[in-house]
Amino acid sequence: MKMEVELCNMTLKNPVMTASGTFGSGEEYAEFVDLNRLGAVVTKGVAEVPWEGNPTPRVAEVYGGMLNAIGLQNPGIDLFIERDIPFLKQFDTKIIVNVCGHTMEEYVEVVKRLAGEPVDMLEINISCPNVKEGGIAFGQDPRMVEAVTREMKRHAAQPVIVKLSPNVTSIADMAKAAETGGADALSMINTLTGMKIDIGKRKFVLANRTGGMSGPAVHPIAVRMVYESAHAVKIPIIGMGGILTAEDAIEMLLAGATAVAVGTANFTNPRATMDIIEGIRNYMEEYQVMDVRELIGAVHD
Amino acid sequence: MQVTHRKFQETAIIIRQEEIADNIYSMWLRTEEIAEAATAGQFLSVYCNEGSRLLPRPISICEIDKKDKAVRIVYRVAGKGTAEFCKMRTGNQLMVVGPLGNGFPRKERKAFLIGGGIGIPPMLQLAKELRCEKQIILGFKDEIFLLEEFRRRGKVYIATEDGRAGTDGNVLDAIRENGLTADIIYACGPMPMLRALKEYAAERRIECWISMEERMACGIGACLACVCRSQNRDAHTNVKNKRICKEGPVFRAEEVDF
Repeated sequence: MKMEVELCNMTLKNPVMTASGTFGSGEEYAEFVDLNRLGAVVTKGVAEVPWEGNPTPRVAEVYGGMLNAIGLQNPGIDLFIERDIPFLKQFDTKIIVNVCGHTMEEYVEVVKRLAGEPVDMLEINISCPNVKEGGIAFGQDPRMVEAVTREMKRHAAQPVIVKLSPNVTSIADMAKAAETGGADALSMINTLTGMKIDIGKRKFVLANRTGGMSGPAVHPIAVRMVYESAHAVKIPIIGMGGILTAEDAIEMLLAGATAVAVGTANFTNPRATMDIIEGIRNYMEEYQVMDVRELIGAVHD
Repeated sequence: MQVTHRKFQETAIIIRQEEIADNIYSMWLRTEEIAEAATAGQFLSVYCNEGSRLLPRPISICEIDKKDKAVRIVYRVAGKGTAEFCKMRTGNQLMVVGPLGNGFPRKERKAFLIGGGIGIPPMLQLAKELRCEKQIILGFKDEIFLLEEFRRRGKVYIATEDGRAGTDGNVLDAIRENGLTADIIYACGPMPMLRALKEYAAERRIECWISMEERMACGIGACLACVCRSQNRDAHTNVKNKRICKEGPVFRAEEVDF
């Protein structure tokens, strides 16, 4: 049985990767999972300089999901290049670096710094709901999405994946804008903006008031958005949003994703990625699927 | 003092569970390797069986029985997750990851072991491990728990907010009322208590170690949810904050701002 998928002219050993921000740069999870078995590791977003992130509490559990407002805390590109990339290079997996910034210039700076580094792809985060500038501000207007994508492509040495926000009226329009801007692939969905209130204290639970919602409760929304976008663009889509099990991952592939990313599930089970890879294999055996690529976009009108 | 400990993801079996005070439960878990690896001040991530609750509950280790491969947690029912745990019975299974974080250092000096509220349980294992003169000071809101077990490990002083036993007030009131002194402080409890102890220790130039708490997600240092402000730039985060689940939960009091 073939588990390999093609993404941006590269072969991933299987379609399962990690979702940015839930897996650090893999070091902590390497105690629980064999990173060599992953299709790719997508790192936590990295910016030009270190970011302190938001005040705490930064997370809250909600029914079937969670809210986070980490605020893209990161050690900055210098330490990332010195420490995180060499760590990941020890493993036989693809390295996808998530890039964040407050301004176009900051994004460009990170993309340029990574040009000479041994990373396989870049994922441009224009969809973080928890920072005031950059992030989602770039991801909710199709003209901005196209402009940012074009600018990243101008400076990037690696394929550019644009990570889209679900907090928009038409995801297909955003997908098309990124494609027009020259994106090599799309990641979707980032988190949905949410809020939780402590009724005893009559206060917001998160210090940031709002946070990004993830987890199985958002999965049907992600499947729908992947499906709509897959029919709107020709570039491949990495599907994510509430994938907890192999069944969820397979659903995402059937909706049109070429690969999938596992995020919140890592918190629920540190070995989630391994279980999902194993589960996809079992499904393929059970349903006589010889090549996992047969599943991609197999469900449509 | 970053030390890398081995962590294990296991299905633990409940040996026994009992309610030792109103809404406070004591649970002994049989583990494969966690007990052997654990030390005082570390914690476990305990995962819910109910699928709608995705995040593990970080619960400090109250006691370790290496011979029996068992760990004990004592926790307060504070929400739906702990409400699920408290209904579990002997033989039931729970997924746990641990031991997590860095525990207390063990120094052979005249010590205060101070616990407040649900911060009291981890001090029991520390009391078992420390080989020094131990003055154990426990602060309760009202109902008293674990008292006899602490008495077997050192001289115990208690403070109660409602004045039902010991000193009427908090742990610092108990220290003053009994004229106690120490060369080192180990503490776990609510933030106001830790703040007061940090100040107390700074004024007297006493070494002070505190265990911090924050809402967590991954529990292993990847997600950056449970950070606290730090005095200096942290080597890992490269900013002035530290991961409580990884560099902590135990810190030198002057290392962290809260």
